[in-house]
Amino acid sequence: MAKILIPTPLRPYTDKQDAVDASGATVAELLADLTRKHSGLKAHLYNEQGKLRSFVNVYVNDEDIRYLQKEQTPVNAGDTVSIIPSVAGGAPTVADVATPELTNDEIKRYSRHLIMPEVGVEGQRKLKAGKVLCIGAGGLGSPVAMYLAAAGVGTLGIVDFDVVDFSNLQRQILHGTPDVGRSKLASAKDRLQALNPNVNVVTYEMAISSENALKLFEPYDVIVDGTDNFPTRYLVNDACVLTGKPNAYGSIFRFEGQASVFATKEGPCYRCLYPEPPPPGLVPSCAEGGVLGVLPGIIGVIQATETIKLILGVGEPLIGRFLIFDALRMKFRELKLRKDPDCPVCGTHPTVTQLIDYEQFCGVRPAAPEPATVNTATEITSVDLKQRLDRGDKLTIVDVREPNEYQINRIPGSQLIPLGDVPKRVDELDPNEEIVVHCKMGGRSAKAADFLRSVGFKKVLNLKGGILDWIDKVDPTQPKY
Amino acid sequence: MADERRLIITPDVDEAIRRHGRETYPHECCGALVGTAGAVTGTVALPNTTEEGPRRRFLVRPSDYRDAEGRATEIGGELLGFYHSHPDHPARPSQYDLDHAWPTFAYIIVSVMNGAAGDMTVWYLKHDRSTFEEGSLEHGKNSHSDAAQAVHGQAGRG
Repeated sequence: MAKILIPTPLRPYTDKQDAVDASGATVAELLADLTRKHSGLKAHLYNEQGKLRSFVNVYVNDEDIRYLQKEQTPVNAGDTVSIIPSVAGGAPTVADVATPELTNDEIKRYSRHLIMPEVGVEGQRKLKAGKVLCIGAGGLGSPVAMYLAAAGVGTLGIVDFDVVDFSNLQRQILHGTPDVGRSKLASAKDRLQALNPNVNVVTYEMAISSENALKLFEPYDVIVDGTDNFPTRYLVNDACVLTGKPNAYGSIFRFEGQASVFATKEGPCYRCLYPEPPPPGLVPSCAEGGVLGVLPGIIGVIQATETIKLILGVGEPLIGRFLIFDALRMKFRELKLRKDPDCPVCGTHPTVTQLIDYEQFCGVRPAAPEPATVNTATEITSVDLKQRLDRGDKLTIVDVREPNEYQINRIPGSQLIPLGDVPKRVDELDPNEEIVVHCKMGGRSAKAADFLRSVGFKKVLNLKGGILDWIDKVDPTQPKY
Repeated sequence: MADERRLIITPDVDEAIRRHGRETYPHECCGALVGTAGAVTGTVALPNTTEEGPRRRFLVRPSDYRDAEGRATEIGGELLGFYHSHPDHPARPSQYDLDHAWPTFAYIIVSVMNGAAGDMTVWYLKHDRSTFEEGSLEHGKNSHSDAAQAVHGQAGRG
């Protein structure tokens, strides 16, 4: 027999007694005995699942049972057990202003969420009321959209204008082999609706721009940046700061990924970290540098986790912290970020107060329309190259890609000198001979051609469109990547 | 049972709650209401220990709860309930308030808009936990007993 001290608000259920005797060998048995004697207590001590409510604290002789053996904590005769309320409350968050009810099907679907006090029915209703905009339905966008849909985020917007390509399938798990050639949005919508028909998937088939970003962001609670280029990244950041929407940021390259939450009131934004973009061409894209297929899975799921935490208002968000993940070493590093008071967009005296021209800011212009003519002094087309080779012209073909790319496909008779090695291996080439340089699409080889001309090579031609154009026009038997 | 839905507060208590709400703005404040027989004669400001961000939430630690109940007993009164502020939100209970409410307690909510304390309301949990019922908040005279003064002197601790 032990004594249970009853807190003021529960005394009406114990005939106004402030202490009640009950029997049992553990706290669980004791409380069961107590609620048998005073059945009105049950609804206030236990939730619908029969678990002790999170704000009910039980102490055995001044020790919180959470630090003992929880409800299995033994109780001896003469012990004093206290029920102590923790009192909590608060203003409605944005999301729980009229959060929608859950249907019975939804309750079943989200049951593993509902039984956790950090989510619960209230949290799940916040997720249902939640609106998340995903920029991109590619590597990062795939896991983000799939996990957010599975978790029950009510409205999922997706912006993309691309078409599914075979080279996407190694990582973009929203799309499957039969989707190749379809729009990414159509494919994404099918996949997400199959996963969770309760989710309202809103698709925007367009490139996000300074003209449409603010209006696009307006109805959403959280923006998830899954973009792969600097102009869009700065655009998303600035638009998030200007609209006051948190930005769940992630980026990936080869074996390394980054994640953070930017543009919250208290925290830094992307520009506090990187005020200026890197010079164009310095940082290669995934199409040029490659990316480990599972990497966007890891980083995207971190973005999805942060998004869910922001909606629920639980835990410690990744605000003011910059996470760097190295898949080869399997290590996470965390850098502290501070809000920069001089930040041009989120600082105390911002100079950027509306969206700007981000292509210009990042030093890149949108791809100019293909010139109809080829500059025959510096360029050669794949068809012309093939004709000249067939004619027996003496040409040195230099492939400036990386060795692993050379293993995938090559122009017969070409010599491999990766772009980075060209300066030190220039002696292997004869400056008086006619040289054709090529890479995958023509960008790196243009740099190699400029270099060779600068060191005195007489006739250097860049293969227009690279080996991809060669395969399209001349040798379709070879694989493309 | 009509009396249960009526709470009398003194002008000192009224001002103590409003002051606490202004001081912690834009964060939420919270505290205990102490008195007898439906009349609040003192408040105990409590630290807001929530880890979810004090702008939208408050949490009273079990140890602070015990202190408040102990102090109420010391002065021969009882713990009548708690107050908290809703910064930039109306003085109406949220779903979160409902989910975490205790029966019989009076819950005073003061709305603090742009740093200025405004509406003040009182709410009671229905016995079936389904919803809150609004009570009537009435203003009485200041009590100048030593006990009330002693408790009131704790205000501002949070």
